[in-house]
Amino acid sequence: MNLLLVLPILIPFLTAVTALLAWHNRLLQRRINVAGASLHFAVALGLLASVSRDGIQVTQIGNWPAPFGITLVADLFSAIMVTMTGLMGLTVAVYSLGTIDARRESFGYYALLHTLLMGVSGAFLTGDMFNLYVWFEVMLIASFVLMALGGAKEQLEGALKYVTINLVSSALFLTSVGVLYSVTGTLNMADLARRVSSGTIDPGLTTVLAMMFLVTFGIKAALFPLFFWLPASYHTPPIAITALFSGLLTKVGVYALVRVFTLIFVHDVAFTHSLLMVIAGLTMVTGVLGAVAQMEMRRLLSFHIISQIGYLLMGLALFTELALAGTIFFMVHVIIAKSALFLVSGLVRRVAGSYHLKELGGLYRSNTGLATLFFVPAMALAGIPPLSGFWAKLTLVRAGLEIEDYAIVAVSLAVSILTLFSMTKIWAEVFWKDRSESSDPPKPLSPFQRHSLLIPAVWLAALTVLIGVGAEPILDLAMDAAAQLHDPSAYIRAVLGGGAV
Amino acid sequence: MDSLVLRTATRYLLPLMLLFSIFVLLRGHNAPGGGFVGGLVAASAYALYAIAYDVQRTRQIMPVSPRRLTGVGLLLAVTSGLIGLAAGDPFMTAQRDTRELPVVGKLGTPLLFDIGVYLTVIGVTLTIIFALAEEE
Amino acid sequence: MEVVLAVVIGALYAAGLYMMLRRSYVKVVIGLALLSYAASLLIFTVNGVTRGRPPLVPEGALRPPEPFADPLPQALILTAIVIGFGVQAFTVVLFKRTYQATETDDLDAIRSTEHHKKPGVPASISGAREG
Repeated sequence: MNLLLVLPILIPFLTAVTALLAWHNRLLQRRINVAGASLHFAVALGLLASVSRDGIQVTQIGNWPAPFGITLVADLFSAIMVTMTGLMGLTVAVYSLGTIDARRESFGYYALLHTLLMGVSGAFLTGDMFNLYVWFEVMLIASFVLMALGGAKEQLEGALKYVTINLVSSALFLTSVGVLYSVTGTLNMADLARRVSSGTIDPGLTTVLAMMFLVTFGIKAALFPLFFWLPASYHTPPIAITALFSGLLTKVGVYALVRVFTLIFVHDVAFTHSLLMVIAGLTMVTGVLGAVAQMEMRRLLSFHIISQIGYLLMGLALFTELALAGTIFFMVHVIIAKSALFLVSGLVRRVAGSYHLKELGGLYRSNTGLATLFFVPAMALAGIPPLSGFWAKLTLVRAGLEIEDYAIVAVSLAVSILTLFSMTKIWAEVFWKDRSESSDPPKPLSPFQRHSLLIPAVWLAALTVLIGVGAEPILDLAMDAAAQLHDPSAYIRAVLGGGAV
Repeated sequence: MDSLVLRTATRYLLPLMLLFSIFVLLRGHNAPGGGFVGGLVAASAYALYAIAYDVQRTRQIMPVSPRRLTGVGLLLAVTSGLIGLAAGDPFMTAQRDTRELPVVGKLGTPLLFDIGVYLTVIGVTLTIIFALAEEE
Repeated sequence: MEVVLAVVIGALYAAGLYMMLRRSYVKVVIGLALLSYAASLLIFTVNGVTRGRPPLVPEGALRPPEPFADPLPQALILTAIVIGFGVQAFTVVLFKRTYQATETDDLDAIRSTEHHKKPGVPASISGAREG
């Protein structure tokens, strides 16, 4: 089955290259884009099916045995994340058709989009620390260009901040990898886990390394207090790109944190994971408080990304099987709900001409469908039953109560209420209140835009309902994935024991 | 730049440097060299031409545009990996001919990969250099 | 040798961070470059500096004679340099474009992403930062 491990990386790569070669033919590029994204999603689903049926899949690139070569590994968590990448890739690929202007398209937008998807899939699949660095860079370079593409003043300024902070994080990542290699003599994640747990390495030094990686990935994941770049840059590019970034980029940081803090740095859980817990709480609170003060829809939603990252970290910090399952469930939920909200805000902008809450209004009366489309993912994000967010939060809260960590449970519930409050604020301002006299009446969408903009948004909103109503199988899947994370012996055996080679 | 000496020298240097870059590319299998260095040498040949004349003329004398070079290079590199996959081994496993040739060594997918790298490096480097030079 | 390199690495990190804290973004680019050089040199040094012992297997033997230089850090550095080259080239172009768009290289002047301004909208409702 080693083909399925390579395809989620190869397909976006080939799509990007063909789009690059079809530079002067925009129509062809658009078709390649949709075909490539669909194929990517299909193989991602195939990978998920294969991993949940046959267990952890491993392939050694170039047939160099682990730990010497580069290993690609897919456990359930990786497979779920790759599937989400495929889903988001396809959604944004379709949404882009109607929203990305011809100038951006002819400057290689689609090639970059798929390069980004390749980087993200690679980061989820690799089993090697340095290779993870390389995938991060692939992803970052694509995201840098996507963010700056178009060259509006605001965009360039946002990109400047985003690029600078990410390059600092990359330099730190490189430093950490270098020190890690000199301390342990290996960069293969499974081998690292084995060597760290063997007790031959000074635990103090391991903790220092853990902290270095925490800061590195913390910048990418936008944890407290390293999140300032996110609300300063995420709202500047076109909304399709913002939706993709919010769905995937910070989540790659969280994925890397979950990976290293379940597999490698579990030597001193009392210290490292307690620290994670404090950061989780602070991230939630600052994110949501930041959002309360915002009046621009995209900025408001950007602050919510940060607050949701806190929840993801909470599950990791609690570090029980149920809590990790909560994190995985939450990840699936938040990627979908958050991106759906961004897509809807793009639709609002299309229809009413603004992202600014004060300038909007009355859309419930004129566009009831759009209002519903906002209402569903917004309530899912706040955690109202029976939508996806309810089960995600319930699992995390249950896990917190189980090990009697009442403080974080209280914080997470309070943050939920504040989330509901700021969703209500958008609802009241954009949809409920009367539209101010001076503003232009809402513009209808063109028939093509109707399809390319509405289908992805409806599809994501429907998924939040679907996941909420049919939570059982997904929760089971998350439980299985969490079991693999919590007891990594199967992962280590699969990589080093020659598993599927 | 307007310098007769540089322009005349560049006309002779360009083919020489391109030839040398191919030599560096081919010997890279078992000796210092390879696609990356070779690509940089070739890119610097065109960069020199762009300094001596201008970017517009350099684009004209290039048989293929830098963008296309990048695309074809990437495609070649990934093909070299796919050949291993087609032979039933993991992705990127080297497949080689058994005969040894002078300079090049054994023909096989590593050479194909190196050629891909060579073209990609030329393409990317020149794209960057041209973009910066045309801004002036 | 290690001590000298350690001092150099420390100086590079310090200089890189110092440059990044400057207000002009030309200096930030230089700072970023210095940081990545420091990281490369660090990988090289912490994994042991070995002189004149390439990890080549002599004919007939199965492994190179001890002690030999570990080739992996060098491969890591090479990869990092190549990536750093691409990223820095992009950064220079980006910063240049930003300079052309904003007509300043003062980072403190770059604040248009921080608040929402639009003609006709009173300042009082343009987000909390302006309050």
